Parts: sequence; structure tokens; C-alpha cells
Amino acid sequence: MEKKRLVMVGNGMAGCRTLEELIKIAPGMYDITVFGAEPHPNYNRILLSPVLAGEMTVQDIILNDWDWYRDNGITLHAGKKVVKIDRIARKVVAEDGTEAEYDRLLLATGSNPFILPVSGKDLPGVIAYRDIADTDAMIEAAANHRHAVVIGAGLLGLEAANGLALRGMHVTVVHLGAWIMERQLDRPSADMLQASLEKKGLAFLLEKQTESLIAGPDGRVSAVRFKSGETIPADLVVMAAGIRPNTTLAESAGIHCNRGIVANDTMQTYDPKIYAVGECVSHRGIAYGLVAPLFEQAKVCANHLAHYGIGTYKGSVTSTKLKVTGIDVFSAGNFTGGPGCDDIVLHDPSGGVYKRLVLEGERLVGACLYGDTADGAWYFQLIKDGQDIHAVRDHLMFGQNHLGDVGHKGQTQAASMPDTAEVCGCNGVCKGTIVKAIKEKGLFSLDDVRKHTKASSSCGSCTGLVEQILASCIGGAYTPASSTSKAMCGCTDMNHGDVRAAIRDRHYIDIPTVMRELQWKTPNGCASCRPALNYYVQSSWPHEAKDDPQSRYINERAHANIQKDGTYSVVPRMWGGLTTPNELRAIADAAEKYQVPTVKVTGGQRIDLLGVKKDDLPAMWADLAQAGMVSGHAYGKSLRTVKTCVGAEHCRFGTQLSMGLGVKLEKMLFGMYSPHKVKLAVSGCPRNCAEAGIKDVGVIGVESGYEIYVAGNGGIKTEVAQFFCKVTSDDEVMEYSGAFLQLYREEGWYLERTVHYIDRVGLDYVKGKVVDDAENRRALYERLLFALQDYKDPWLERAQADAKSELGREFRTIAIRQAMKA
Amino acid sequence: MTTSDWALVCALEDIPHLGSRVVRSDTGDIAIFRNDNEVFAVHDKCPHKGGPLSQGIVHGNTVTCPLHSWKIQLDSGDAIAPDVGCTRSFEVKVEQGQVLLKT
Repeated sequence: MEKKRLVMVGNGMAGCRTLEELIKIAPGMYDITVFGAEPHPNYNRILLSPVLAGEMTVQDIILNDWDWYRDNGITLHAGKKVVKIDRIARKVVAEDGTEAEYDRLLLATGSNPFILPVSGKDLPGVIAYRDIADTDAMIEAAANHRHAVVIGAGLLGLEAANGLALRGMHVTVVHLGAWIMERQLDRPSADMLQASLEKKGLAFLLEKQTESLIAGPDGRVSAVRFKSGETIPADLVVMAAGIRPNTTLAESAGIHCNRGIVANDTMQTYDPKIYAVGECVSHRGIAYGLVAPLFEQAKVCANHLAHYGIGTYKGSVTSTKLKVTGIDVFSAGNFTGGPGCDDIVLHDPSGGVYKRLVLEGERLVGACLYGDTADGAWYFQLIKDGQDIHAVRDHLMFGQNHLGDVGHKGQTQAASMPDTAEVCGCNGVCKGTIVKAIKEKGLFSLDDVRKHTKASSSCGSCTGLVEQILASCIGGAYTPASSTSKAMCGCTDMNHGDVRAAIRDRHYIDIPTVMRELQWKTPNGCASCRPALNYYVQSSWPHEAKDDPQSRYINERAHANIQKDGTYSVVPRMWGGLTTPNELRAIADAAEKYQVPTVKVTGGQRIDLLGVKKDDLPAMWADLAQAGMVSGHAYGKSLRTVKTCVGAEHCRFGTQLSMGLGVKLEKMLFGMYSPHKVKLAVSGCPRNCAEAGIKDVGVIGVESGYEIYVAGNGGIKTEVAQFFCKVTSDDEVMEYSGAFLQLYREEGWYLERTVHYIDRVGLDYVKGKVVDDAENRRALYERLLFALQDYKDPWLERAQADAKSELGREFRTIAIRQAMKA
Repeated sequence: MTTSDWALVCALEDIPHLGSRVVRSDTGDIAIFRNDNEVFAVHDKCPHKGGPLSQGIVHGNTVTCPLHSWKIQLDSGDAIAPDVGCTRSFEVKVEQGQVLLKT
């Protein structure tokens, strides 16, 4: 069968993204021909402002170079404008007579700048700000002329004005509205922005209507006259009064247009063979001018062009970020409020900070930030997710504070960091490297930045900073992924919650079944999804689902911690941090016998033996088992330790027997498999020497019983545990904390710590299930005890296993024998 | 009968499905991998920071290094983009249920 022919008119960002998506999911399905009016390959239009400002060059902003078209077998007609669509013969005709027949046509004709209908609009020196040619014209004018007037104080107008000022021109911004950027900002934030732009040398004339543009003696524009009668000098006039979808071609072909080419949720126009994406489209009455929605359209359109027939575009919430170096402005959603809305406002004029959050009921619907935009991405996500913010309403204004506390010298504002500042302390990536990668490689998402620079790909504590850098480089093009709908990994489109639910509801007990039934895209998953699935089947179906060692990270498969040189560390359990002379002797003997280079006391109150060869592990475990010691699970998604203070056993302040309770808790939870590691602590009095305030479950003894705190964390981002309940006996501590952990085991997503689980579902929900509902609590507790029963010490099992058995061979290497062959 | 340059490693069933075994050789450890229908052999050293690839998770024709999650293609030894690097790969074959490595 002959290949179908796809013709695309318009060679811009939305169109090319559609082709990229299409080639990714259905390579070779179409013969593709592209017509572009500009003589350039696809470039990143958003970055024209930095080019104008002299921060980048045209070469820097090319997204798909000539090779890309060639490598993908795409015929590119650059510099050829299509003037006719013949829908009967199914072909397009360009200005120079070039024709191309199509089976499917994709219109991506973009938009045209709106030119004010005033006299003198066609004079030399009057331009719009839309493409590389305009940018070149402005750079040229800046070199030879003095006075520039920018008409329109929107996003584009201000970026143009800033660029021209940086190139040495005297710039006046003229605006019809009462304040600048009125479609993105409210009055107070706009006034603050205007003041700081004035400090950079821009002049503003507000509420001015342009009457005409006046020519000078040389025929070039020389002045702008307003309706009020005033005149100001102008050697260059930039029209930035908005854009209009470019529908000329579509209209001439009789395709239904209404302020844009009308497209349905699959991006199909009224002619079923013709699709449309980008700024030329009117979707549900809205024409988008920001790149993020256009990319969403591209994805949907590609899906239908590839005949997948799933995926619909339902419109986008957009956000705006001004790309003027050193100024932070962010807005998203409905930031003006109105009837039925509440405003939360923080306004510090001399501090240069303004924040306005608009709420409708218990949902955030809009945000407008000036000066401190660090939390813009978080607010945007809350708006998009439509999340109930009841639980965080009282501190919503102060942001997510998502950044880790350490590793980036306490910096929380990406904009103010110099290029040399280290952003990612794990991988040693500085701001300049990230900015360079974003610009040179045309990156648009956090995942892209992680892949290319490694920043934020280890502990993740700098994620917030990296998101800020992305937002400041590409502005509104940056869309944080929706947290609830994010796919588990590239192997599936389903998220963690849906996969968990399917495993539970449909009784899947092994990974191959899950992958087959849920239509995994890869033959056997990847290093991200397999460990997650392995956990989900076992936590959902204890004793029924079988563990798959090959889907465990090496530490859990080998039951020891891999180190940078490929050796392992061994950490025997010391229940509640208690030990005996006999155990210490066994550890000392093992350390000598196996020539352990480093012996260290851990933060979890036990002893780490570092640098053990893998082959020695089973024998070493056998020796330690002789002294009654078992695996400490220092490696697993499991209970690490229960840290204790001395407590009422010895301490003069102690109110409760914290060591005894700690031992009981640790013995109960020994071997618990959980979404992530779990740490506990028991303190015998409120002095809290066991640091129970930063544990997943922290227990504090008081005279009248125990207080239980949950969801603390002492790592990347210190999170203080929240008060959960007060109980009176040891048995109650076991039941309440056990039930809480079981709920987390059943509902938590893989690699989600308790603090993040509670962030997601809310503390009230968890209290409702565990504290308020006694029957449910007991049921949870019983399910936990059932899952934990008959747990075998993995060290002993492997120490006793035959070298050739499945358990034993993990630790054996093979020596080569020369083969004899006939 | 002649001595060939193929060395007998182990029986195919001695390598876990989607797992690996380590072969000690004079020139360093070699990791032998097995996936759904093939066997591969590469130098047991990640081109990034020397991590033991044999200890990684195997998926498709790829192993993810246990140290910093670089993904290495098992047939060529090449790192998957955007990471750049290569570890040596070796010829390996299965005959009558036995795994043979070219030396």
C-alpha cells in the first residue's frame, strides 16, 4: 500500500511539535511535506526576546535544524508561502507555483501581529514584533537611531522595549489601558513592575491613544501623535498591540473560521481531512497565544493523525512569565477574582514583593506574583489540578517551600543567582549549565533538564530551583506536569494511583499479568516501574503474590548496601539501638575476619561495616547469625530503625520506658515492605532526645501516656512531624502506629515518603481512617500483622542456601573454563 | 578435536531471567545478562563511574546501572542518550543450553 501524504502549512513551533510527536508514535506512516513562509528552519519564537536583548543569537534558538528535516525524510519548502488550498483535488499551491497533494493537511499558520489602522502605519521604521526579520530590523534600527516607541504594554511589547533599551535606544512604551500588562497583572503588581522598568530606563505613557504616525523629511517615521494632541519623537515604532490568528488561507478555502480556524477536541477542522494546531486555531472559542497549550494540542493532533483515535484536547489553563532579566512576574488563571471569590493578598511595596491568590471556595483559581515568584509553579499546579486546599489554606500564601534546606547555600530565588552558582549539589550542576542546555537543546520540561544536565535527578532537593530557571528561560512555555495524572514512567500512560487500584480490584498477583492486562508499552518495563509493580502486587496480595528478585533494586536483592566501588555494607539490626557485649564481639570478629576497612556508628543507633566483598556476604551473615544478629534492612524500602532515648529505665527525667517500647515496635515491624523507607523513634519525655519530631512515626512519652506524631522527615527537606493522637498504653501505640503504616502501605505510591503521602491525601483523611474509626483501625492493624507474619530473616535464608540455588547463586561468580569443540 | 576460542560459562538456566552472572577474567569482570530471548556479555563497568552493571535491573535490551542510573545497551555497550559513553561488549552464544563466551 502506498504511504499516505501529510502536508503541513506553517513551519513554526506548534506544527513541528506535532510532527515530532507523530514521528515518535508512528514513524514512517506518512510522506511529509512542510511549507514555511520564513526562510528558516523551525526556531523557538519565545526566545526572540533574548536575541533582541543581545543575550542569544539566532543560531542559538533553532529547534529543528535542516538535518532534522532530512533525517526524518521531510520535504521542506522554506520561504514558500502557500496561497491556495484546493480541497477537491486535495492539494496546496505556493506563491511560486510549487504544489503538493495531500491525504491529510495540517494547518499551522500561526498568527499575525495586529497593526493599528492609523495613518502612517506603512512608513519605513514601523514594524511588528513577530519573527526573525522583525528582530533583525529592530537590531538594525537600534544601531542607527535614537528614539523608539513601542505601542502596547503587553508581554511582547515590554520584552521588545527592554531589548531595545539594552541596545541603547531611548524607549517609550505607549499603552491604551490604565496599567501595563492588564491581561496578566492587576493594578498593584503592574504599578510595581512599571516602577522597576522605569528604573531600567523605560518611559511609559498610559491611557494614550495613537492617532497617527508622522513621516520625517527622509520619508522614515519620525514621530507619534496622540488623540490628546501631544507628539513624541520616534525613529522606530514597534506595534505590539496583540496578535490575530492567521486564517486568511483557511478562509479562502472555505474552512469555517471564527476568530481562528475552528477545530474540535481532536484538532480536526470542519473538513475532516484537514487538521489545525497552534495560534491559528480557535478551540472552544479560545485562540491561545502561549506555547504550552499549543504543545498539548500538538500531542492530541499527532495521536489522531497516527490513527490512534484516543486523546482529546479540552482547553488549557495558562500562565505567564515575563522574560526580562532581573524582574520576576508570574500570573496564572483568574487573578482578578470577582463575585464568589476570596483574595489573599500580601503587599510589601518597599520590599518589592506582591502576591495575590484568588480562591473560589476551597480551590485556588488564580495567582498573580511580583518580586517573589518562587512558588509560581506550585500555584499553577494547584490551579490546574483543582486541588482542595482546605488543609493548607492558612499557609498557602507562604508557598510550598518545596526546596530542600541544604545543598544550594540556602538560595531560593533562581533569578538572583549568578550563572556560576551551584544549583544541584548532588551532581555539581551550576545555573549557567542549566540555562545553556535549556537554550541550546530547546528543552521544555523538568524531565528534559534532568536527562541532559542531571540537575535535580538525584535527591531532587533543587527541583524547585530548576523549575524556576526553566520558567525564567522559556516563560509561559513551561508547564509543570500535573502531579496526579503523571504517568508512572515511559512504559505506560497510567499513573501510580490507577495502577494500584487495578492491581487491587482485579486481583493481579504478578508483574507479567499487570503488564499484559494494563498494556505496558515495553516488553518488561524499566528500572522505575518494575520495582513499583513488585511492591504493589505484594502489598496488595500478601503471601499470595511472589517476590520477583529481578525487579528489586540491587540493595534489596542482595540485602546489603552497594557502595561506589561495588562493595557492600553490612548493618546488623540492634533492636531499639540496644546491644550486648556478645553482639559487639561478634561484630568485631566479623570485621577482622572479613577485613572490613571501615566500621562506623550510624545515625540510626547501630554499626555499619563498610567495604565488604559481595562473595563474602553469605559467610559473614552466617557468622553474625551465630551471635543471634539479623538483617538491619539498612538498604530497603522497609523499617530502618526505631531510635530510642534511655527513657524511664535510667533517665532521671524519663516518664515512659522508651527503650522497651522501641524494641517492641522494631520487632513488630521487622521486615515490613513499604513504599519507601520508614523510620521511627520513641522518646521517654518531651525533651525528645530520640528526635521523634522528624520521623515517619515519632512517639513521645508523657506522664499520662504517649503522643504520636506522623509524617516527619529529617532528610532533603526537614519536615516536622504532625501531631496524630494521644494514647495511654504501649499496646495502643502499636495499634495506632501499625494501622497508620498499613494505610500508608496500602495507599502510598512507590517512593513516596509518609510526608508526601500525607501531603497528597491530607492529615484529616488519615486521622479519619485511623484515629476516628476504631473498627477500621483494628482491621488495618490486623492486615499489617497478617502481612508481617512468618517473615524469614533474609540473611539467614541466604547464608544457609546452597550455592547453586536461586538464592545462593546471586553471591557466586563464575570462573571460565575453556570449551572443547568437535 | 580442536580447542576453540569459545569458553564455556554456565548453563543458560544458571542465569536468572532478566538477571545476570559475573564471570571473572584476567582482564576484569564480565557481566553476562539474559533477557526474554537473548544472552549478552559486557565489561562489568559502567562508562560513567565504573559501577558494576551486573548488579543493575535488566529491561528489554538495556541494563540500568545501580550507581547513578545510566542506561547501557547490552548488545553494543553504548550508553543511551543523552548520556555518552561505551563499555566493551563481548560475543556470546547459547548452544545446547550452554552459554559460551568468545575469549
